Amino acid sequence: MTDRPMVRFDKVSKRYGPLTVLDSLELDIARNEKVAIIGPSGSGKTTVLRMLMTLEAIDDGVIWVEGEPLTHMERNGKLIPADRAHIRKIRAKIGMVFQSFNLFPHMTAMANCIEAPITVLGMNRKEAEERAAGLLEMVGLSQKKEHYPAQLSGGQQQRVAIARALAMRPKIMLFDEVTSALDPELVGEVLQVIRRLGSEHDLTMLMVTHQMGFAKEFADRVCFFYQGKICEQGPPKAFFGNPQNERTKQFLHAVLEAG
Amino acid sequence: MGIRTLIVMLVASILLIAYLATRDTYSLFLPGLLQGAALTAQITVLGCLLAVAMAILSALGKLYGPTPIRWLANLYIEIFRGTSALVQLFWLFFVLPQFGVSLDPFAVAVLGLGLNIGAYGAECVRGAIQSVARGQWEAATALNMTRIQMLRRIILPQAFIAMIPPWGNLFIELLKSTALVSLITLSDLAFKAQQMNQTTMKTIPIFTLVLLIYLVLSLLITIGMRLLEQRAAKGLARGRTA
Repeated sequence: MTDRPMVRFDKVSKRYGPLTVLDSLELDIARNEKVAIIGPSGSGKTTVLRMLMTLEAIDDGVIWVEGEPLTHMERNGKLIPADRAHIRKIRAKIGMVFQSFNLFPHMTAMANCIEAPITVLGMNRKEAEERAAGLLEMVGLSQKKEHYPAQLSGGQQQRVAIARALAMRPKIMLFDEVTSALDPELVGEVLQVIRRLGSEHDLTMLMVTHQMGFAKEFADRVCFFYQGKICEQGPPKAFFGNPQNERTKQFLHAVLEAG
Repeated sequence: MGIRTLIVMLVASILLIAYLATRDTYSLFLPGLLQGAALTAQITVLGCLLAVAMAILSALGKLYGPTPIRWLANLYIEIFRGTSALVQLFWLFFVLPQFGVSLDPFAVAVLGLGLNIGAYGAECVRGAIQSVARGQWEAATALNMTRIQMLRRIILPQAFIAMIPPWGNLFIELLKSTALVSLITLSDLAFKAQQMNQTTMKTIPIFTLVLLIYLVLSLLITIGMRLLEQRAAKGLARGRTA
């Protein structure tokens, strides 16, 4: 079963009232694949991540993770909507980093990273602290363990958020415009950490990004979303070098124009 | 008002009471009034504890409970907020016995005032919980926490700080409502004052002392809540001004 996709969106739709945000999305992501999702705002790209993280309910279709349904569960050979226990079981494989960091402001960097391993995974404090210390070192923040989020720069906060997500040992990491809220000079340090993650860990990664340069260099595949559908996708070289679709061309032109 | 000013007011009020106690016209009344004040303080403290417990339970029930619990929480909040505290005390004290439930007056006082203020408190707890940023819930979800873990570890500690100032008001409200319990046979501060006034007609010394004692009690609440607020905000504010 090694060729089973890590994540499969099977005709997944999402609607807000009359507005269709995602229209019967079909997307397979292989184990350890790095997928960059790009597109204009309102194209549904962030919704893809939020549905996979179970932050948004889906209206149609099924999302599969490692061959098991995430949004549904099997009962007597039929798929019915998943209950909370089932969602939690599958969701344990997924971690997410947010545009606005969302660190817990009443906890230090260290406490942010050990909170869920202790309360959710039931690890003992010492073990959790060792794991967190290793991760904070990896993101270059060993010196900031006892700092509160308000005492850290945006880039540092985002790196803590990455360490916090990794402390749960997810197989899939979702990055939702993680550099969009950062000052330009802080973008590099966060991308550097993600680059390192990709090369040193077995992780399937999905990232919504506006950093075309990073997508080009880092991703195995680029998906361009437009009006709730994948308009064009492919390996970065072909995608950026020789886009086929008219919409893609327009978008890339506009983005590259802006610098 | 700064906490120093509040402490100066408190000390000044206590000194004024102590000074008045040295004068014959006042010293006569002080022991009886302090007795009443002790009962007032007891009812206030126990009533506040009950109010906090009821407020948290009914706010959580209203926000996250299954339909029957939500309905029950709403019913409690609307009934106890929508009718007067005096009527509630009368109900507990005079009407319930007709259905075979007799409570002693002290229990009625704590129960009546605690439930009444708890209903107001429920809305302030709910508001504080809802004021916590949505991203906090989402981050906790992404870390696969259960609803209860999120509330206990992430949401309530942050909501707590937002709750403290409105709770200070409610506690003082409860303190002042204790004057109602004289109508269900309890000898609280207000009751003692009226009783002494009727027998001696020394209105000025009696009500001057009563005023000062109520002020001391409410200043104690205000100062206590301020200290709690400063302490609770420490973690969040650390570095923000640096």
